[in-house]
Amino acid sequence: MRMLSVRNAVATSALLFGVATSAAAVDLEFYFPVAVGGKAADTIQALTDEYVAANSDVNIDAVYAGSYKDTVTKALTAARGGKPPQLSVILSVDMFTLIDEGIIMPFDELIKTDEDKAWLASFYPAFMENSQTGGKTYGIPFQRSTPVLYWNKEAFAEAGLDPEAPPANWQETIEMGKKLVKKDDSGNVSRWGVRIPSSGFPYWLFQGLTTQNDVTLANSDGNQTYFDDPKVVEALQYLVDLSQKHEVMAPGIIEWGATPKAFFEGQTAMMWTSTGNLTNVRANAPFDFGVGLLPANKRRGAPTGGGNFYIFEEASDEQKAAAFEFVKWITEPEQSAKWTIATGYVAPRADTWETDTMKAYTTDFPPALVARDQLEFAVAELSTYENQRVTAVFNDALAAAITGAKSAEEALAEAQKKADAILKDYR
Amino acid sequence: MRAARRWWDFDTALNTFAMWLLAFLWALPLLYAVWTAFHPAAYETRFDLTAPLTLDNFAKAWAAAPFARYFVNTVMLVTMILICQFVLCTLAAFAFARFRFPGRSILFTLVLLQLLVMPDILIVENYKTIRALGLVDTIVAIGLPYIASGFGIFLLRQTFMSIPRELDEAARVEGSSFLGLLWRVYIPLAKPTYLAYGLVSVSHHWNNFLWPLIITNSVETRPVTVGLSVFSAIDAGLEWSVINAATLMTSGPLLIAFLLFQRQFVQSFMRAGIR
Amino acid sequence: MMHRREWVYGWLFLSPALVFLFAFTHYPAVKTVISSFYSTPRGKREAKFIGLENYQTMLSDDVFWKVLGNNFWFAVGTIPISIGLALLMALWVNSHLRGRTLSRVAFFAPTVLPLIAVANIWMFFYTPGFGLIDQLRSGLFGLPAINLLGNPDSVLAAVIVVAIWKEAGFFMIFYLAALQSIPPVLREAADIEGASRGYYLRRVLLPLLMPTTLFVSVNAVINSFRLVDHIFVMTEGGPDNASSLLLYYIYETAFQYWQTGYAATLTVVMLVLLSILAIGQFFLFDRKVHYQ
Repeated sequence: MRMLSVRNAVATSALLFGVATSAAAVDLEFYFPVAVGGKAADTIQALTDEYVAANSDVNIDAVYAGSYKDTVTKALTAARGGKPPQLSVILSVDMFTLIDEGIIMPFDELIKTDEDKAWLASFYPAFMENSQTGGKTYGIPFQRSTPVLYWNKEAFAEAGLDPEAPPANWQETIEMGKKLVKKDDSGNVSRWGVRIPSSGFPYWLFQGLTTQNDVTLANSDGNQTYFDDPKVVEALQYLVDLSQKHEVMAPGIIEWGATPKAFFEGQTAMMWTSTGNLTNVRANAPFDFGVGLLPANKRRGAPTGGGNFYIFEEASDEQKAAAFEFVKWITEPEQSAKWTIATGYVAPRADTWETDTMKAYTTDFPPALVARDQLEFAVAELSTYENQRVTAVFNDALAAAITGAKSAEEALAEAQKKADAILKDYR
Repeated sequence: MRAARRWWDFDTALNTFAMWLLAFLWALPLLYAVWTAFHPAAYETRFDLTAPLTLDNFAKAWAAAPFARYFVNTVMLVTMILICQFVLCTLAAFAFARFRFPGRSILFTLVLLQLLVMPDILIVENYKTIRALGLVDTIVAIGLPYIASGFGIFLLRQTFMSIPRELDEAARVEGSSFLGLLWRVYIPLAKPTYLAYGLVSVSHHWNNFLWPLIITNSVETRPVTVGLSVFSAIDAGLEWSVINAATLMTSGPLLIAFLLFQRQFVQSFMRAGIR
Repeated sequence: MMHRREWVYGWLFLSPALVFLFAFTHYPAVKTVISSFYSTPRGKREAKFIGLENYQTMLSDDVFWKVLGNNFWFAVGTIPISIGLALLMALWVNSHLRGRTLSRVAFFAPTVLPLIAVANIWMFFYTPGFGLIDQLRSGLFGLPAINLLGNPDSVLAAVIVVAIWKEAGFFMIFYLAALQSIPPVLREAADIEGASRGYYLRRVLLPLLMPTTLFVSVNAVINSFRLVDHIFVMTEGGPDNASSLLLYYIYETAFQYWQTGYAATLTVVMLVLLSILAIGQFFLFDRKVHYQ
């Protein structure tokens, strides 16, 4: 229903701005996904409408395309059918797939002035890693996230720990975790120390551990993985040991979706999950909680996640130029501040955090700053050619080690072999 | 004699108890859905009879996703499939039941083959076909693979064949065409079969997920099942109370209809000879 | 003359249904077999003939073998139990036991609820720690938490239970319809003869229910390949493919990895398996049912 009224609004505004402009106006189709609650779609729609109202030479049809998976599928399908959108927000890790399909274009062709270059340089480098390859920029960061540590201050106090000091490194996670584990009369665990979810896409949070262990999982050309690196094995062994050896985390695969609930229920004193959960935790945690950086080992580290803007190759030159102008506008500090506040995504540029809007927000809710502070240590999310297949192979290996079916070393060596077989055509 | 009688009573008691237990287990997910949907999220895991009642979850679900649209999409889809199935299957079943023509038995075997090779497993090639037709992301595309149903043709043919030929002759003497004959004699006599088949078809397509998931990707076309899966697969973790409110909201009408008319369904199955 | 007219009408009446049947069942089935010999087209690269390469890939794909094994156990777990329970439910509901109407409603409800949505509820039941099963385990027996979905040894059983729950009530309707059409005289005769209930069930009811059992079991076999909705929500095939089924793997291969050529090869396997099972079933039931 909402879509219809928006279409009408666009049509009406086209009428208002007269026939003279409509002859020259550029029409853009823009797909966007939503992976967090309902407010995100409304915000994008409102921003788009605002832009169209101020720029009579462009009409933008913003299409809510569903989940990330829906959006990339829809864009690929439309491109194969010869009618791709001109602009879309798609997962940053799908960059290689989109290049492989030959349907997106580098932004470099559009970036001409010094002003444009300064704009490009204003994004956090951590987000740009997933947006550039072969010396070219294919994506512009927009709805990006990173995992952080949430902890239950009441549980910390109860266990005799400083409620304001979360574990700073791997060793402290184990030590504090042991104190935080609570058992009932029959010896069953009623509260675990920490919870690092491992269902569905375990590679993402695991990448936090590998980064902290100072190792990358794939090269920036997207055709070589390092799954069997001894440091990766060590990171996986640590994850396995958290439950097997140190018994501070529940054994087996830990469900992603049930993790916030487990935290609210006091089933775990700490959890690792996305910044996308900030609003949810703020609304539902029945206790005082803290948000902090992920603990360090050899260094601090975390992956990034989420979606980028892509411009499609099929578009006309006018459309490309118009799409580029729109991307520049919507990523400006004021607009991206509105977006961040509405959704919980991490603002992708440093100057967004300097706006008054953003300052007022972070004064009211300081945990929102943690994500920004972590970006200094964050790296690109695992992304390669044939991304879905390669990550599936890696996920399977992680699951095999976590459930004890294989040793960390064995599982990762197998995964590396499979990834090599998949990626050999791209070298 | 008395001993036997007591043994029988014990047997009845045991059976009754076992039936109740199984029925309770079977109803448990539905009971849980009702529980969570009408209570605040904090009671998702706590079953306290004094818990406060609320309708907030319904309001939240309603605001969070266009369920009205999904519901309309599903109703349109199910209606379209059902009407097309009735028309196509009736014509085909009548041909198999009453006409002699070359290739009849081979064609009937090919029809029966669909009982086995359902479109559900041919998703890859059917997707290519729909793409070639330019129908990706339309409600029509969700229905197309299912509208010629081998099961429907088979059932109606069985029913039509049990209708005595003498009725044909009588109608023919009165000057009816084949279509008139079908309309005036065959279809009215096959009503229970239509009802039974319609029920199976509606419940199947109302709940079908995989094919619609593949072929749709926008709010305007998505049926309830796909809408629910998109809705519950967000980054922020599971909110059972809201998801279950959404489930009840979208399945409620069908659930109530089926429960009210259950007895009639069984009878129509019986008369249709599906057993 | 009459004959010629029947030909024309026969084909005329059949053609609309046949067009759709061929377009969406027979053509894609044949095309699947052909595609299985071709590589996956990607970007500007066309599909090219690669002979048996996809089949060789499949034979050396350990995920395929795992999934095939899972599907076997899924079938073994769901088919007999759901049919047995369906029969039991129908017998109960068709008897004079107290509360049979309410029970029938309970048994039938899962048929109407979308599996994709109910799977979320089952996830709550299975959630370790605060899930329903664990609340009962610790509340009643003081047992530790159990991670049913997060353990490769139990995950398949956990999804089998959900499938049985979904199917049994639907099959019950067919048995119920069959039971209600059995003349009560038979029961009375058996009572007069002094036949035990077990004897009556084995010698009278079950043979009479044979056509229903065939129909239901064909359905159950097909469902054991088709019923994957709950996998999407509950496990996504994990951990390490321990709960992945053939159709789910086909979906992943085709629509997440975009390996349509290989997906076609996997589909061919499914077609072959279904045919073998169907033929086997007709022989198993000794062609006791005549559909002609």
